[in-house]
Amino acid sequence: MSAIAFDTVVEAPRGLFSARAWAAIIVAAIVLLVVVPVLHLAVPADSPLHVSEFWVALLGKFMCYAVLALAMDMIWGYTGILSLGQGLFFALGGYAFGMYLMRQIGHDGVYQSDLPDFMVFLDWKAFPWYWKLTDHFAWAALWVVAAPGLLAFVFGFFAFRSRIKGVYFSIITQALTYAAMLAFFRNDMGFGGNNGFTDFKRVLGIPITAPGTRTVIYLLSGLYLLGALVMCQAIVRSKLGRVLTAIRDSESRLLFLGYRTLSFKLFVWTLAAVMSGIAGALYVPQVGIINPSEMSPANSIEIAIWAAVGGRGTLFGPVLGAFVVNGAKSWFTVAFPQFWLYFLGLLFVLVTLLLPRGLIGLAAQLRRRGGHPAADEAPIAAIAPAQAPASKA
Amino acid sequence: MQGSLCSIDRDAPPARRQSRRVVAWLAAALMPWLAALAVPAQAALDAAVVQGLAADDSDAKVAAIGRIVASGDPRALVVLQALGDDAAYTVEGGKRVAIEVGGALQDAVTGAAIDPVPADKDSIVINNRIRGVLSGALAALKLGSTDRAVRLAAARDLQGADSEELLPTIERALAAETDAEIRSKLLVAQATIAVGSQDPAVRLRAVQAMAQTDNPQVRQMLASMTTKQKDGSYAEADERVRAAAVAALGEINGRLRKYELLAGLFSGVSLGSVLLLAALGLAITYGLMGIINMAHGEFLMIGAYTTFVVQNLFRSLAPGWFGGYVLAAIPAAFLVSAIVGMLLERGVLRWLYGRPLETLLTTWGVSLLLIQACRSLFGPQNVEVENPGWMSGGIELAGGAVIPYNRIIIIGFAAIVVLLVWLLLTRTRMGLFVRGVTQNRSMASCTGVATHRIDMLTFGLGSGVAGLGGVALSQLGNVGPDLGQGYIVDSFMVVVLGGVGQLAGTIIAALGLGSVAKFLEPFSGAVLAKIFVLVAIILFIQKRPQGLFALKGRSAEA
Repeated sequence: MSAIAFDTVVEAPRGLFSARAWAAIIVAAIVLLVVVPVLHLAVPADSPLHVSEFWVALLGKFMCYAVLALAMDMIWGYTGILSLGQGLFFALGGYAFGMYLMRQIGHDGVYQSDLPDFMVFLDWKAFPWYWKLTDHFAWAALWVVAAPGLLAFVFGFFAFRSRIKGVYFSIITQALTYAAMLAFFRNDMGFGGNNGFTDFKRVLGIPITAPGTRTVIYLLSGLYLLGALVMCQAIVRSKLGRVLTAIRDSESRLLFLGYRTLSFKLFVWTLAAVMSGIAGALYVPQVGIINPSEMSPANSIEIAIWAAVGGRGTLFGPVLGAFVVNGAKSWFTVAFPQFWLYFLGLLFVLVTLLLPRGLIGLAAQLRRRGGHPAADEAPIAAIAPAQAPASKA
Repeated sequence: MQGSLCSIDRDAPPARRQSRRVVAWLAAALMPWLAALAVPAQAALDAAVVQGLAADDSDAKVAAIGRIVASGDPRALVVLQALGDDAAYTVEGGKRVAIEVGGALQDAVTGAAIDPVPADKDSIVINNRIRGVLSGALAALKLGSTDRAVRLAAARDLQGADSEELLPTIERALAAETDAEIRSKLLVAQATIAVGSQDPAVRLRAVQAMAQTDNPQVRQMLASMTTKQKDGSYAEADERVRAAAVAALGEINGRLRKYELLAGLFSGVSLGSVLLLAALGLAITYGLMGIINMAHGEFLMIGAYTTFVVQNLFRSLAPGWFGGYVLAAIPAAFLVSAIVGMLLERGVLRWLYGRPLETLLTTWGVSLLLIQACRSLFGPQNVEVENPGWMSGGIELAGGAVIPYNRIIIIGFAAIVVLLVWLLLTRTRMGLFVRGVTQNRSMASCTGVATHRIDMLTFGLGSGVAGLGGVALSQLGNVGPDLGQGYIVDSFMVVVLGGVGQLAGTIIAALGLGSVAKFLEPFSGAVLAKIFVLVAIILFIQKRPQGLFALKGRSAEA
């Protein structure tokens, strides 16, 4: 399938990560999970060291994005299935939690009704049946996992069973996302139509905009990212992870060896969906809105470029890529709004053309420079024509 | 209705039938005012009658208006119009009636100019009662005109009327009128007035008459009478009238169904032909190179903007030839899109062969670049592309459905493009090479086909065909930087459904998708229809992963 020969480490080192990787993780975790919250809460607002609410929200958002990139990496970087539907699962998780947050508004909406404002606006008299129990946190948490998970499982089962793969699978997942977006744009779906859910007031009865609540959600996002990273590493290191990589590199060979690739693919696809859904649930209270534009096909494709920029087939790469690309986006859209799309477009073109291993690969390339530059460059250029005949499907 | 009218006097020649009917109608129309006048007067206006307009008494004025109408003189209309426009005067101490036409004073009876304007000129004042009578009289006069345009204008004016006194006039006019357009306007006017009547019997009669018309406005009126309002009551209070309305609605719907079917089929084929133009190039390049070009929609956009530029060039350089700009835009759009496509293939894509997923991402990036470049060049707003004269308008079907010429032309255009592509692929040497490379790239290469050159040319061809699709789209709707985005998912669905590298599959998939979407629309709305179609395709792929027309053999599994 994929033409790029990744440096898959065959000899398994002791422990989950190498010592250097652990060091990097711990430093990053201390900065993000200890220093930032302390500087936000304990340092007075007029101090130059104070981290403002804006930055906490931004970093919290980026950490959710990083999990999204990790999920994309599991399904695409390791298993070779380019999913253009991760944005859908992300939004489904967000909507599932958003329903709970809407119920938490209670009577504080504009119309002071039991129902959310958009339902009053539509002249609805009662909650539709699928809003039942959404006022319970546990129920909401269940659906954050179940909604993306079930959809992914059912869709994946049928898609993989029919041996849909390659660009076909990408296009079908994109169509699914597109269809879902159109559906959620409809007012009578009962999910707020165009505007989606917004104006959240409370979570678990606590005001949602209070600095303490913000910090807790931020910390949860950070811990979730950390947990996701460790879990993905455990999977990648396991025998299961080896099978996934083998599916990427030569699925038919694996089939001949007697593996039922369907269940492996289904597992990683559902896992990626659930990871994305939980990321979406953590994302929504931090940005304060969820609407159908999160499901637009463009968003889902962008997730792929985060992973590609950082370096797919590695776990640190996508996390790094999510931070770098979204950081660039935040900066560009303020400083040069008209150039952001040029930059993003060029990023897509240049990264796939020149940096197939992303920033992580670039670092490795630079390190080895002078040693054997040819050995590193050769596979990418040389493989292309040889692989051309097998390019279809 | 048409049939029953003709049966009145089947033996008489049409012209005589017509004139006899006009005479009969005139006689009937004038009854309220002058029952005695059985034969329409050929004589000119009588000065004494016109003099009646100057009377102080309203009754005398009304009587005078009636007589003037009955005179049958062409000047009657001019005089009464002037009266209604407050442009009628008395001169010579009230002895003579004058009217002002085009700013000049003239004698009401003879039309002779009165110059200089007499000092004792005095306006004839009319009250609301007279205005009511006058509007009926004017409408009756105009509806009786032999000039179709005058009758049409009168019927159109009547659509806004709400005076019940006009009903008898309209009914009589309807009995005589044979022109379908005027009849339909009159019927709407009649229905509007009658439905607002206080008398249930009048309403009932109106509703029964409404069953005879195919006018969509009437249909809507009936529908609103029979639907429950928010508070649970009906707009139409009387149950008998409501029952009649339901029956009338059923009758109309039954008659219109076949037109709707025709119009639905047409719009389906029309949408399908646009989809076909959009998807054809995609299908060819995907079949040949196994890559999905996410920037394909942007070639539609390039084609549409090329049309825009060509249009502007024609407007400023050759205004006399403006109608032909679309014809000039066709080769221009093909060339521009094809060149951009070949540059893309040479500059970017050929480095990515064998990596289809990366190609997908790269072309997505290219599409972002092209959209943004278009925004920088032409601005983010939609630009206006005007239909040339010979493409605007359409064939009107009964029931208000219109089949626009531009859509008919685009269906024909799509058919020609498909035919040319088919000829190119099956009858030329290049087509042979393209098919060879599609089937087995390495074997084609071994026999000396320059596969990379074929890749470039085919990519150019696919992009060029998309550019042609852009020309078609520019004639249908807005042209903006996002034009291609709306079509990209649909085009992919066509390719997925039609199968790889199959012209026939692409055609059937495009037309089928267009028709299904349009047929679902009335029941579910456009958005739900789209969702249904997408879900149906996802399910279909379960059954036939290779599309409708799968290539057989090993190459399909590669």
